[in-house]
Amino acid sequence: MFHIYCPYCEEHREEEEFRPKGQAHIVRPKDPEACSDEEWGDYLFFRDNPRGIHHELWVHAVGCRKFFNVTRHTVTYEILETYKMGEQPRITAESLASGETQGNVQVAGGGQQTVSGSNAAVEAVKGEQA
Amino acid sequence: MQRYSGFGLAKHALSHHENWERQWRNPTPKKQYDVIIVGGGGHGLATAYYLAKEHGIKNVAVVEKGWLGGGNTARNTTIVRSNYLWDEAAALYEHAMKLWEGLSQDLNYNVMFSQRGVMNLAHTLQDMRDVQRRVNANRLNGIDSVVLTPEQIQEIVPIMDCSKNARYPILGASWQPRAGVARHDAVAWGFARAADALGVDLLQNTEVTGFKIRDGRVYGVHTNRGDIEAKTVGCVAAGNSGVLAKMAGFRLPLESHPLQALVSEPLKPVLDTVVMSNHVHGYISQTDKGDLVIGAGIDGYNGYGQRGSYPTIEHTLQAIVEMFPIFSRVRMNRQWGGIVDTCPDACPILSATPVKGLFFNCGWGTGGFKATPGSGHVFAWTLAKNQAHPLAAPFSIDRFHSGALVDEHGAAGVAH
Repeated sequence: MFHIYCPYCEEHREEEEFRPKGQAHIVRPKDPEACSDEEWGDYLFFRDNPRGIHHELWVHAVGCRKFFNVTRHTVTYEILETYKMGEQPRITAESLASGETQGNVQVAGGGQQTVSGSNAAVEAVKGEQA
Repeated sequence: MQRYSGFGLAKHALSHHENWERQWRNPTPKKQYDVIIVGGGGHGLATAYYLAKEHGIKNVAVVEKGWLGGGNTARNTTIVRSNYLWDEAAALYEHAMKLWEGLSQDLNYNVMFSQRGVMNLAHTLQDMRDVQRRVNANRLNGIDSVVLTPEQIQEIVPIMDCSKNARYPILGASWQPRAGVARHDAVAWGFARAADALGVDLLQNTEVTGFKIRDGRVYGVHTNRGDIEAKTVGCVAAGNSGVLAKMAGFRLPLESHPLQALVSEPLKPVLDTVVMSNHVHGYISQTDKGDLVIGAGIDGYNGYGQRGSYPTIEHTLQAIVEMFPIFSRVRMNRQWGGIVDTCPDACPILSATPVKGLFFNCGWGTGGFKATPGSGHVFAWTLAKNQAHPLAAPFSIDRFHSGALVDEHGAAGVAH
């Protein structure tokens, strides 16, 4: 069971209150009519589907009903950070590969069956919003 | 290959069954093959078998990062049916169904294909309309399918709660008598043994780490056991297809999700058919050993972890107990997850790719097991002739740009 920090409610809530909605940061083409079939098909259907760090949309379906973003590892399922719509992730596959730690974020090794939000990551994001 | 028979069983009994030959070799990779299949699950092994048997291409390697049939082939709920709505999908799955019907004889391996029938329940008026539409579509495509009334359902499955007082009363069902279940592991092993006998090299513990591509054309793969060359490479890697596509430099319209299943403690025979419900969302059958095999929906988030979440188990069992109050105190023995590669239109991708010579067979999502022989048969044809088999043509990756989707979402039995 995930324990997810909703950046709008500013609380950890159980997974069942939320619904995952797929890859985040997909930008709708500004002028769909001008898109080629390839561009429009790529926008609608093609996804990164990485094995590793994934930025995704979730909705707090039975809570505040707001959409927000989650950075999660797709093998360990560890939630590394949650952040509001319109914000950019602090943790990315690139930042982890280059060994950068952002703020106080420590990225734990995975492997647990049940993973809750990494408190350090959440606190860092929360601190930034405050 | 040592043929299996009743006589052989008696003969080996005399030597206490200690002299059976191994089912397949464990060869060292050669430098070069005519065709490389990436992925040693049911679909990959079937592809290799039909390449060797139907097309005479025997210089084939199946490259598998783990052990044969250790992924979704080992993790599914073994249901085989072909009652799909759209002509293209129905043709593909019915092609597989016809191969299933002679598979044990063809492979000289008992895949325990049991045509015990599959029932897709309807709980609402709209469900009933969908059932009638699908049954009519099936019959027009020559697929056996009938609509059942609650009384007929009760006669086939006496233990199901068909009363009007149920929270989601059962209004009817579609019924495919030729559908059923098969022993999933035996399917992989049967194809592996038969392919090996025809000369196919099955390379286990061999992980593809990249593709050798020059001028937009594939000419081999990098593996942890060295480079292997081939002008034709077929990827049949289910949940990991997206990872392979990334290595080859393109994206697929796939998302990988955990799908889980669970089995109960063994019970005396109590359920002799397969029951699926789209609306309360669960499906169940009983194995020859007596375990209830139970499955349901995917976990909604992307994942490669090969395990499922607890809320999904709870929802699944709620649905089962809703249909079968008799099972409310059955204990579950084991639970596991596999990684399914779901497509936006819930249909597979059998297709050439932007890289010449590189083909993908993926996107089977939650329903690939039933198609195993048909998928292998059609994909082998595609690899051998370097053009799409007529049954595979509608499942080209181009459909996500042309818009010609084959939308099987929810139309076929269980929502995806």
